[in-house]
Amino acid sequence: MIEVRDVTKSFGTQQVLRGVSLDIRRGEAVVIIGRSGGGKSILLKHLIGLLQPDSGVVRVDGEDITAMNERSLLRVRRKYGMLFQMAALFDSLTVDENVGFVLRRQGLESETEIRRRIDEALDMVELPGIGNKMPSELSGGMRKRVGLARAIVYRPEIVLYDEPTTGLDPIAADNIDRLIRRVWETLHVTSIAVTHDMKSARTISNRILMLHEGQIYSEGPTSEILESRDPVIYRFVNGISTPQKSE
Amino acid sequence: MPVQLIHQRFRSFITQLGEISQLLMESIGSFRHQRPSWKDFLYQLQFIGVKSQSVVITTGAATGMVLCAQTFLQFHKVKMDTATGAVVSIGMSSELGPVLAALMLTGRVGASMTAELGTMKVTEQIDALRTLAAHPVDTLVVPRFLALLASAPLLTAESVVVGIVSSWWVGVNLLGIDSAYYLVNMTRYTDPPDVLTGLIKSLVFGAIIAVVSCYKGLTCQGGAEGVGKATTEAVVVASISILIINFFLTLFLSRLFYS
Ligand SMILES: Nc1ncnc2c1ncn2[C@@H]1O[C@H](COP(=O)(O)OP(=O)(O)O)[C@@H](O)[C@H]1O
Ligand SMILES: [Mg+2]
Repeated sequence: MIEVRDVTKSFGTQQVLRGVSLDIRRGEAVVIIGRSGGGKSILLKHLIGLLQPDSGVVRVDGEDITAMNERSLLRVRRKYGMLFQMAALFDSLTVDENVGFVLRRQGLESETEIRRRIDEALDMVELPGIGNKMPSELSGGMRKRVGLARAIVYRPEIVLYDEPTTGLDPIAADNIDRLIRRVWETLHVTSIAVTHDMKSARTISNRILMLHEGQIYSEGPTSEILESRDPVIYRFVNGISTPQKSE
Repeated sequence: MPVQLIHQRFRSFITQLGEISQLLMESIGSFRHQRPSWKDFLYQLQFIGVKSQSVVITTGAATGMVLCAQTFLQFHKVKMDTATGAVVSIGMSSELGPVLAALMLTGRVGASMTAELGTMKVTEQIDALRTLAAHPVDTLVVPRFLALLASAPLLTAESVVVGIVSSWWVGVNLLGIDSAYYLVNMTRYTDPPDVLTGLIKSLVFGAIIAVVSCYKGLTCQGGAEGVGKATTEAVVVASISILIINFFLTLFLSRLFYS
């Protein structure tokens, strides 16, 4: 469903992606792991056309999205929901207005139907009855759950998660992981997350890709990657640093 | 080295000019894709138009008064006291009114628009908007652009009227000019093109403030520091553009109206 071929991306002199190729099939739950600052967010943003590569191709359902302008991309993006690292809720709108943003803009449904779908989404993320609050009144974990509700309320086919558990306490993190898992199981979406949290990766994926030095270093079923003896993967999964001259 | 630096600066200047023009074209072209939201437009109109009045009125009054006093002091030497009103009214409606109102709006409205959009950019709210299949130009730029186009001429007119009235008050009550002559000379020498010049200018300035501020906000990079930098740049670029373009508009419009 998503094909990435030889994507490169530089910022100034710093080459962040150095020829990334990967395939994601419909209905998969994939996690992309890699070090902080390694270009995971950048890669994720290429999948949905928020960034355009310097070279290479990204195809979604066979359509090359790297050649599209912003207006054509809007149509492709209807297939996607995305949860941002800091949730990126619109801070001038209430929780309700955030979650119902797309539905109200499309204006296809009656207000009662929109209300029903907002409530359904908020129930799904276990936050019923907070619709009138402003994002600034919520905790980090609640914000992410509202962000998730906003991303799934219009029933996307693909949901992207940028470090869903980063910055949360272990309980809140586990809560989010369970929700991601539930969204994948009950809504039958294709789930793509980037993270460096291995516990989270174990819970929410059935396949892991490792991004290392701007390329996909390795990929395989979750258990296989987590038990890999390859030194690079092993050190990352188990959190073992190597002495470096620069550190 | 310096040559390279100049080259680089020049290129970035031209690039920005191109991108700002592109944003302008996209804002105008946006109507074909999406009808502007009334709610957002009215909200911006309230913020830009209604709440900027105190600033603009104060500026107009202060300028009118001081312009009157200065003109009178010079004209008095050649016994042309009653021409003061004409100078003030033409100066206010075609030059000082639109320019000063625009500069005040740049500071009050432009800066806050850049800061708001810039904060949305660095907190990924703009990206979130784009994933929710909403074009940032349709949803954020167009309501602000329209609200500025609607309010800039009205605020300018308000500023000019207040300026003229306060100059009349100063002239008659403090400087002892004859009220009737003041008013007669003022209306005799002030022509509709003078007023029209001011209003056309204010429309152009409103568009500049909106497009430059939104551009600087949407292209903001980095965290809080980036937002601060973008805001400063927006104010500087918009103010300088207003001053430069004002000169050319004066030349162009006077040709248009008086030849
Ligand atoms: N807009 C940008 N301009 C310049 N450099 C950027 C930009 N966005 C990201 N980078 C750089 O790209 C690298 C990868 O960033 P990112 O994808 O956010 O890493 P992570 O894997 O932690 O998500 C970082 O070193 C960052 O400094
Ligand atoms: Mg990141």
